[in-house]
Amino acid sequence: MSEVLLQVSDLVKTYGSGGAAARVLRGLSLGLDMGEMTALLGPSGSGKSTLLTILGTLMQPTSGAYVMLGQDLLASSDAELTEFRNRHIGFVFQFHNLLPDFTALENVIFPTAVREGRETSAARMRGRELLTRMGLAERINFPSANLSGGQKQRVAVARALMNRPELVLADEPTGNLDRASATQVMDLIAEINRDEGTTFLISTHDEKIAALCQRQIIVGDGVVTG
Amino acid sequence: MLYALKIATRYLSASKAQTALLVFGVAVGVFIFIFMSALIGGLAEFILSRTVGDISHITIKAEVADPAILISPEGQILSITEKGRIRSATLNDAAIYAPLIESLPGVIAVSPQITGVAFLTRGAQVAQVNVSGVDPGRESAILNLSGYMVQGSHRLGSGLIVLGQTLADDLSLRLGQTLRLQSSAGVSSVLILSGIYKTGNGMLDGSNIYVSLATARTLFALPQGVTRIEIKLSDLNAADATALRIRALTGLDAVPWTDGAEQLMEALDAQAQTGYFLKSFALITIVIGVASALLLSTYRRRPEIGIMRAMGAGRGFVVFVFVAQGAIIGLLGGLTGAGLGYLALLPFPSRDAFQSGTLPLDITQGSYGLAISLTVVGAILASILPARSAARVDPVTAIGQ
Repeated sequence: MSEVLLQVSDLVKTYGSGGAAARVLRGLSLGLDMGEMTALLGPSGSGKSTLLTILGTLMQPTSGAYVMLGQDLLASSDAELTEFRNRHIGFVFQFHNLLPDFTALENVIFPTAVREGRETSAARMRGRELLTRMGLAERINFPSANLSGGQKQRVAVARALMNRPELVLADEPTGNLDRASATQVMDLIAEINRDEGTTFLISTHDEKIAALCQRQIIVGDGVVTG
Repeated sequence: MLYALKIATRYLSASKAQTALLVFGVAVGVFIFIFMSALIGGLAEFILSRTVGDISHITIKAEVADPAILISPEGQILSITEKGRIRSATLNDAAIYAPLIESLPGVIAVSPQITGVAFLTRGAQVAQVNVSGVDPGRESAILNLSGYMVQGSHRLGSGLIVLGQTLADDLSLRLGQTLRLQSSAGVSSVLILSGIYKTGNGMLDGSNIYVSLATARTLFALPQGVTRIEIKLSDLNAADATALRIRALTGLDAVPWTDGAEQLMEALDAQAQTGYFLKSFALITIVIGVASALLLSTYRRRPEIGIMRAMGAGRGFVVFVFVAQGAIIGLLGGLTGAGLGYLALLPFPSRDAFQSGTLPLDITQGSYGLAISLTVVGAILASILPARSAARVDPVTAIGQ
C-alpha cells in the first residue's frame, strides 16, 4: 500500500475582498502518495498555479487544511515553513528562475548552501552529479545567464532535486521550451521519479506530457473535477 | 553566514560600475570628513599655538598675604593696612619644587622668574615696562625668545637687557646702548641693550623686557626666592589636569592657562561644533547614498530574492545579504576615502611648521579610524531599511508565478 505524502482538504483561496474578491479555489481537496508522478490539468484561471503555490508553502489559503509528512503546514510559522520548504519541496518554474549572477553549479547547490551556511564539498559533488545526469557536465561552471533555455530548465530541475525533496512541484516546466528540449526535460523528470521515487506534481496544458504521468488530476473552477 | 557574505560580494561584483560609483561616493564623503577633521583640528592647533603657544601653560604665583587688621579687645577694628599694589610675596621654596615639577609627565620646561614693573629711561624718554627676570639658559623656555630675535642675542647675563621691537622703536634704541631701569622697589640699574625681539604681539613687543634672574633680584630687592614659576607642557590640553597634580604635590597655587581664557575656549568650542556639523552632514550624505543605492538594488533584485525565499532562504538570510553589502561598501569607501584623505594631506606642512597664509591642515588629526568606523556603522544602518524591505518581498509576487 502506498504511503500518503500530502493531503489537502477544502482549500479555499480568495484574492482581494468585498466586491472585488475573486475566489480561485472553492473547497479543493486532493491527496498525493509517495513516488507518484501526477499531471495537474485544467484551463487557464482554473486555480492550478494557486494550488501549486499553496502546496509549495509560498502562500497560505484562506481556509482549509494542508498536512504533508504528518506536519500541519497551515499551523506553522514562516520560519518553520521556510525550513520545511528547503528540506522537503523542490520547485521547477516555467521560466527557470535561476540566479543570473551565479554559475550553473552555484544555482544547483543553492538550497543546500543556504541551509548549511556555506558551500560544502559534499554539496558541490552532489551538484556536479546532478548536472552531469542532466547532460550538463560541460556547463557546470558556466554563468547561468549564458545557458540556452533548455539548459537553464535542466539546471532548474537539478536545483529542485538538490536536497532530495520528497515532492517536486513543476509549474508548466516545458511551457517555454521547444519540443526537443521539452522532451529532454520530461524524460529526465520521469527517470528521476522512477529511479529515486521522488513525487512530482506537474501543472501542464500539454496532453502528451500528461500522458507520461501515472495519474492526472483535472482542476476546473477551483475544485478537482477529475 | 559565510554563504550570505558570498552572495553579497557576488551582487556587488556583478554590478562593477554601480558598485565602484557607490564606493567612490562614500569615499568622497569620508574624504570630506577627514579633510574637515584635519582642518578644524589644525586650525585649533594653529590658533592655540599663536595665542597661548608662547605663554606659560601653568603659572604658580606667590600668594599675597591678607593685610593685617588691628582689633581692639572689644572687637572694634582699630587699624587696617591697605593692600599694596606692589607684589611683595615670594616663592621661597622654588628651588625645591622646580625639579619636582620638571619631572612630571608632559612638563617640558619650568622657568622660575622674578617679575615686576619698572621704568625704562633713555635720556629724556621714559617708558613703563614689565620686567621678567629669568634664569640665563632658560630664556626660551616659555616664550621662544631665540626664534623671535631680530637684532643681537637672546642670551641674558649680568647687566644685559633684551626688549621688543616696538619698545625699541618708541624709544629709538639701538643695540649696545646703555639704559636705566628703575624698579617699583626704587632700585635703579644701568643695563646694556643686548638684543631686540619681535613676536608680532603688540603687548609683548611694546612693554615686556627681559633681564637675568640675578639682575631682577637686585632690582626688586629679593635676596631669595622668586615671584612666579612658569611651566610649559607638551600638550596644551593637559594644563588643567597637570595643574591639579602640581597643587596636590606641592600645595602651591598652580593656575592653568585655561583659567581666564574662557572666550578663547568658547571660540574653539564653537569652531569644533561647526566641524561636527560639517562632518555629520558628510556622514548623512553617505547614509542617504548607501540607503538609496541598496533600495534600488532590492527593487532590481526582487525576482532573485523571491527565488531565494522559495528555495528556503529565511528572512534573516536575506537581511544579512543586504546588510553585508552595506558593510562592504562602507568599508571599501571608508578605506578609499581615508587613503585619499591621507594622500591629499601629505603635501601640507606639519603642525610644527604651520605658517601664516597657508591652510593649517594637520595630517595627524584626520580621525582616519573614526571616519572608517563611523562610515561602516553608517552604511550598515543605511542598509537596514533596504534589507528589511528585501526580507518582506513576497516570493510569489516577485517570481511572478
